[in-house]
Amino acid sequence: MSRKDWPLWEVFIRSRSGLHHKHAGSLHAPDAEMAISNARDVYTRRNEGVSIWVVESRHIHATTPGEKEELFDPAEDKAYRHPTFYDIPDEVGHM
Amino acid sequence: MEGNQALFKYALRLGDNALILGHRLSEWCGHGPELEEDIALINVSLDLLGHSRSLLTYAGEVEGKGRSEDDLAYMRLERDYTNALICELPNGHFGDTIARQFLIDVFNQLLFKELCSSKDERIAAIAAKAIKEINYHLRHSTDWVLRLGDGTEESHDRIQDAFNRLWEYTGDLFAQTESDQWITANGIGPDPNELRPRWKQKVTEVLTEATLTVPEDAWMQKGSRTGTHTEHFGFLLAELQYMQRAMPGCEW
Repeated sequence: MSRKDWPLWEVFIRSRSGLHHKHAGSLHAPDAEMAISNARDVYTRRNEGVSIWVVESRHIHATTPGEKEELFDPAEDKAYRHPTFYDIPDEVGHM
Repeated sequence: MEGNQALFKYALRLGDNALILGHRLSEWCGHGPELEEDIALINVSLDLLGHSRSLLTYAGEVEGKGRSEDDLAYMRLERDYTNALICELPNGHFGDTIARQFLIDVFNQLLFKELCSSKDERIAAIAAKAIKEINYHLRHSTDWVLRLGDGTEESHDRIQDAFNRLWEYTGDLFAQTESDQWITANGIGPDPNELRPRWKQKVTEVLTEATLTVPEDAWMQKGSRTGTHTEHFGFLLAELQYMQRAMPGCEW
């Protein structure tokens, strides 16, 4: 098995219960099971995680830098979309 | 045989198994077939080093002569080590290392599961901590036995050959001496004769699933109980002990 046969995987780690899985990095592995084992060994050695997701990198579809203007720039001058214009009563607590 | 002496020997043997196998695995550092696998093997190596530290520290306390974990790990002579012979065999190729690791992991899992309910509280506590790591070691080595065995024609042949060559060292894992009978009789550790068929069954299950053949039980190597080692052991110790021998008591 040469390296070129091993697909690339993206690793997502949940650092503790209640938090989201976050992208931790990527690695090579021959299949999903081994990708999880490798992710455990490479990314959770210092007690970083309680749950691991792996997905083959080829299954991730991404935006391209060329699309930046049409996708993201229009949101730049629309400050009113941020929910910062309301007075929240104290008794509501943390939102 | 006096109990303390038997317990000392028992903890020492378990500690030596972990120390020597851990040292062998550490030789893969920087040489793993893949970056990810390099890290995985060294994680296992470090786990084993941790087990050996707990066990050798305890052995030193039981012995009562003031020997520390370092004294026991680094300052004994070849014949004073009683690790199972299979632990000291050279790494060979990746398949050799995986086959050796798998055979020992199955043994360790059965043994340490039993040790979790040892009547010796310290042994039970060490085992309870170690068993989680051992379960992972076995998962890792099993994953690889399955993939190499049921992989390509070459990987299948090479790991089959590894098992064939290692097989004569497996009997020694279950070797017993007079002091082991005291250990078993007093509920400190399980009877190796009782572990052996369960070990064989588990090994057979995995090898069969991996399309491999379980080698025939034939002539078996022996001697680790009396400190008789393979010719590889002196070289291993030379490297393992070098620093403490050159600079006694050095720390960093």
